[in-house]
Amino acid sequence: MVQLTLPKNSKIRTGKTWPKPEGKNIRKFQIYRWSPDDGQNPRVDTYFLDMDKCGPMVLDALIKIKNEVDPTLTFRRSCREGICGSCAMNIDGINTLACIYGLDEIKGDVKIYPLPHMEVIKDLIPDLTHFYAQHASIMPWLETKTNRPAKEWRQSIDDRKKLDGLYECVMCASCSTSCPSYWWNSDRYLGPAALLHAYRWIIDSRDEATGERLDELEDPFKLYRCHTIMNCAKTCPKGLNPAKAIAEIKKMMVERVV
Amino acid sequence: MRYLTDYKRATGLGSAHSGAHHHWQMQVSSAVLVFLIPAFMFTFGSILGSDYEDVLDYYSRPFPAIVAALTLIVGLVHFKNGAQIMIEDYAKGYTRKAAIVAVTAFSYTCIAVGLFALVKLAL
Repeated sequence: MVQLTLPKNSKIRTGKTWPKPEGKNIRKFQIYRWSPDDGQNPRVDTYFLDMDKCGPMVLDALIKIKNEVDPTLTFRRSCREGICGSCAMNIDGINTLACIYGLDEIKGDVKIYPLPHMEVIKDLIPDLTHFYAQHASIMPWLETKTNRPAKEWRQSIDDRKKLDGLYECVMCASCSTSCPSYWWNSDRYLGPAALLHAYRWIIDSRDEATGERLDELEDPFKLYRCHTIMNCAKTCPKGLNPAKAIAEIKKMMVERVV
Repeated sequence: MRYLTDYKRATGLGSAHSGAHHHWQMQVSSAVLVFLIPAFMFTFGSILGSDYEDVLDYYSRPFPAIVAALTLIVGLVHFKNGAQIMIEDYAKGYTRKAAIVAVTAFSYTCIAVGLFALVKLAL
């Protein structure tokens, strides 16, 4: 059955409160901490930063905490401009990218947790192994059977436009980890991110494996666990709409049946 | 613990190659119920609280009897399909299979009992 409560060793406890710095513009940060090495339950540590000496984004604050307060704080980050998708986490109750989420968008204390319902490797780092394997399973590449053309696979401007709103996905996993269907059935349901990528290749005019791709997706769990809850579209930090892509796949499935 | 690759875990037993029919069936029954439910409420509501003899007379007419029968069949088939989705969402393993069998049996039994009662009223 669905697990509605956390296991005993996952219950979150109150952690350490770090010293307050001098300054007038002080802000409180509550950050989830867990290490596989100490055998302790997860905890929420409290940090304080002088916002006059901190950058505007949540990632700036995290980097400042790591550099100046607590070097053991662990999180992923790379591009700091919303392209790599590394710094996805749950900020103020919303799955988003820390690098493009402004601290001024948050009222009150800043609460930061890892992406929900994923196993945690350490602190704010979720284990995305299964998520990436699901993405690989939808064959995220151009599949062709016709002999390769001398120059290039040609595509009209209109057909290229169909990929807008799909190719921009950075695989940050914010959408999939916000989806209740993915929480309950992530072992079989592909989730919004993988399905958005699947649709990106299904409607690519150059791709010649449309039927095979739809065959692979036609499954009560892989595809039809989506109940149009729309959390994915609401949370996507890139403003994409995976729910619409999934609905389009379902429409294509019906086209094949009726 | 099993030494499975991540890809093997993700692909599992592969695609069932089914689900589109179930999805289409749900869409069709939803659309049909949009018309059936108001028609049933109108017909059933107009006779609600009447005498037994009046109800027998009313349901011996074709329109109310057919509307009631169709609402019963389509409504319960829709319920069965919807409940199956809900069970698949929240239950796993043997519980999932047993619950789906129970809901299916319950739905078809309700259809049979309801139709029997309607036939008795109508004839």
